[in-house]
Amino acid sequence: MRSLCLSLVLALFAFAPLAAQQSVPPAPFAYRQLDNPGEEALAQELMETLRCLTCQSQSIADSDAPMAGDMRHQVRIRIAAGESPEEIRSWLMQRYGDYVSYRPEVSATTWPLFAVPVLILIAALAIFRRRFARRA
Amino acid sequence: MSWRLWLPLLAFAGFLGLAAYQLTQPRDEIVESRMIGKALPYFDLEPATASLPGAASDDFKDGQPRLLNIWASWCLPCIAEAPQLERLRNEGATIVGVAIRDRPEDVARFLERHGNPYAAIGSDDLSEVQLGIGSSGVPETFVITGTGKIAYQHIGDIRERDVPILLEKLREAGE
Amino acid sequence: MIAELGLAALWLAAALAVLQLVAGALAVRQDAASGETGIADLTRPATIVQGVFAALSFVALLYVFAITDLSVKLVADNSHSLKPMIYKLSGAWGNHEGSMLLWVTVLAASGALIAVVERRLPERMMQAVLAAQGFVALGFYAFLLLSSNPFERLPIPAQEGAGLNPLLQDIGLAFHPPTLYLGYVGLSVAFSFAVGALITRQVTPEFARAMRPWVLGAWVFLTLGITAGSYWAYYELGWGGWWFWDPVENASLMPWLAATALLHSTSVLAARDALRAWTIMLGVVAFSMSMLGTFLVRSGILTSVHAFAVDPQRGTFILFLLAIYIGGALLLFALRAGAVSEGARFSVASREGALVVNNVLLSAILAVVLLGTLYPLLTEAFDVRVSVGPPYFNPVGAIFALPMVAVMAVGPLLRWRRDGFGRIRRELALMGAVLVAALILVSLIGEVAFLPLLGLALAAMLALASVMPLRGRNLRRVPIATWGMVFGHLGLAVALFGMASESAFTKERLAALAPGEETTVGPWAVTLDQIAPAAGANWTAMEARLSARLEIGDPIVLTPQHRTFWAPPQQTAESVLATRWNGQLYAVIGNQAGATGAGPERWQVRLWWKPFVTWIWYGGVLIALGGALALIGHVQADWRRRLVRRKAAARRQEMGREQPT
Repeated sequence: MRSLCLSLVLALFAFAPLAAQQSVPPAPFAYRQLDNPGEEALAQELMETLRCLTCQSQSIADSDAPMAGDMRHQVRIRIAAGESPEEIRSWLMQRYGDYVSYRPEVSATTWPLFAVPVLILIAALAIFRRRFARRA
Repeated sequence: MSWRLWLPLLAFAGFLGLAAYQLTQPRDEIVESRMIGKALPYFDLEPATASLPGAASDDFKDGQPRLLNIWASWCLPCIAEAPQLERLRNEGATIVGVAIRDRPEDVARFLERHGNPYAAIGSDDLSEVQLGIGSSGVPETFVITGTGKIAYQHIGDIRERDVPILLEKLREAGE
Repeated sequence: MIAELGLAALWLAAALAVLQLVAGALAVRQDAASGETGIADLTRPATIVQGVFAALSFVALLYVFAITDLSVKLVADNSHSLKPMIYKLSGAWGNHEGSMLLWVTVLAASGALIAVVERRLPERMMQAVLAAQGFVALGFYAFLLLSSNPFERLPIPAQEGAGLNPLLQDIGLAFHPPTLYLGYVGLSVAFSFAVGALITRQVTPEFARAMRPWVLGAWVFLTLGITAGSYWAYYELGWGGWWFWDPVENASLMPWLAATALLHSTSVLAARDALRAWTIMLGVVAFSMSMLGTFLVRSGILTSVHAFAVDPQRGTFILFLLAIYIGGALLLFALRAGAVSEGARFSVASREGALVVNNVLLSAILAVVLLGTLYPLLTEAFDVRVSVGPPYFNPVGAIFALPMVAVMAVGPLLRWRRDGFGRIRRELALMGAVLVAALILVSLIGEVAFLPLLGLALAAMLALASVMPLRGRNLRRVPIATWGMVFGHLGLAVALFGMASESAFTKERLAALAPGEETTVGPWAVTLDQIAPAAGANWTAMEARLSARLEIGDPIVLTPQHRTFWAPPQQTAESVLATRWNGQLYAVIGNQAGATGAGPERWQVRLWWKPFVTWIWYGGVLIALGGALALIGHVQADWRRRLVRRKAAARRQEMGREQPT
């Protein structure tokens, strides 16, 4: 995908004099905040936890990739239409799998992520008990 | 006490095994769609260029399997796959295009220069169809059954060796 | 010619590393009582000469870069005759081969330094330490000589170098990697000490004192490296974030966490002869984490936003080294650590009790970061891709980090050995009062999420608590090392305050402005005065002139750019920061906004007001300063102790001579 992404960037520039992709305006809500600050805060919080699919390892809130812009547009218009952030997250996860969300859900594949910290906590408490309970 | 001293080594050995295995695996950064086997989401796109009709999800429900090609005139690999799309059409495939963030005049110029294998092209300025079917880049090609179900996803440009695979998938989708 | 000399020096250094390893190993096997020495005596000299040859080799590399010798492949690939001298020189380590040579040079130089100055440990243990050190160095020599020769010649010299990418000509980029390497190498010295102690089964307070300066030094450089890296990402990537829990960021954080734990357990070992096996374990873990970080970054096994030259073959080599060193050390640990008793016991209400809690919590954070970073690797083995990001690391890390901050506040007030919370109840009450007051105050200001709220309150409490150990003391007589602790802890409070404040109070504004229009962000009113083209050596840009005003005072002018480079084609947003004591205004200019038909041209302007965000990095610098002070304090104290001992010995000798007469 990276080579694809790269070639995409190259293509973009190779064609720049001809087609200038920038001339296609970004989606209306890619760079525009919602008027309702509460809704915008919800959207922002969600966008920071969704992975950009073309330029990976960035959230869609942080990426200038056009597709990230389109995803931000989706998030904002859906929030404005009254959908909850979690509904939008699961809508995307239905399409792209767990990968699109930076917030791992407890599932058959991710339960150790949550079980291990609990084990660590128990182990830490056990260490404290062993160390400190035995004082004379 | 002593068995616990071996735990770090054990964990480390586990990591080594995993890392060694992953080093031998090719790095692919492909995000596959989870929509395979599901119905095509609803869409109804305006024509991307004057010479061809637009694309709508209802068009896919007439019993005939089709290819859904996500592309754009500004995408270099799309030029590379144009001849393969041409071949697919000559082999009897019906190809519906979805042009991402594109302008009608650019689409027209692209078709003029690289050939037109499409039966229809819808214009998707907001990546709505792309997001709806779980596609994460251009070009991508989906096989859609005659009942409007997504049967197969091909990621990246179509190479010569992919043509028979796509035709086979298309045949399977028609059964 | 110089390149060949450099290569020869590298081979000689490698040969000496072999000698160092063999001599040290023989010394350890020799019966300590026999008094025979022979080849074992060569360990120290071999180490010293090895350091000299490695340094010569690195100087040779600097030289070929300085004169831009284009017949050397590395120079042709990474330098250019037109580069400014500073970037020519930094180009020497700004690539895989050169950075490895820098690494091994610093490693060999630290070995030489130990061989020259470190005399307080038993000689047999020192030889074991140096043997381990030679063994580690040998792996890197092999890596360099067998697969990444920095002095490789081109059959035909290049006409001109390829490396004139202006994006990489950045003073931060030039010094960020070597800072981290210095940290990594310091940890490798600690690792050698740990292995030497395991081999000779001598884990003593003296050993801890000998190891401590290296751990402190490593820790200072790691702190600076992470701080600088975070700031660099913050202003360069142009999206206002300073930490994203990206694999590469985590790779630098993990050694820091391990080194922090090691630092504190070393203190316990030095002062109270306790936590012996634990300290050894941390010594091994800290170096493992730096090797692991190197592996993750260079093998490209995880997707990251930070681009780095990635090569699976190098990854294989590093993994191989990792297996030998860390696997070997952990095996040794499993076999030997049972024989090392944990040492003195102590009560929970004591300095060392607090340090144990701190150590366990730090290790827990380390485990969480490690798990979250490697987990996607694990699931990918089963063809499932998952993402582990901030929504995981922040809360799960906080479960362990916030209690740790509380312990950090209390611990320094407790005495060693045995103490009671009753003795410091007034201090505890004061801290509790500050905590509650801060919680109430912040809740009154506005709606703040739970974690930032807690972070702000704990930061206030920790800031107060960190200076409490100075209370009632004559400041001029406080030991330097104590100042180090005060600054280190205060730095963490400052950084925590910055992080929590940034997270709680950041205001973002996206606006499509036409020239003359105004928008607001936080307390600022920002006007787009004009937008005009600008050009540089290999880029063109649209430059916005923004004037930003507070309610009072003159407006300040900001000129962010949207640059387009053509070789290689790339667009970058050059952000502009206006720093005030209480925060930063962060401005980015984007593309022209969608033409809505009629009306003037509009431009995407992105603005952030980030209250107290700079405190994150001020805090980082303070922490590093604390580490440096502690290092100076301990080295000075060791030096004095040595002088006293020498004088005492001299006096004894004199008296011995005088008596017969």
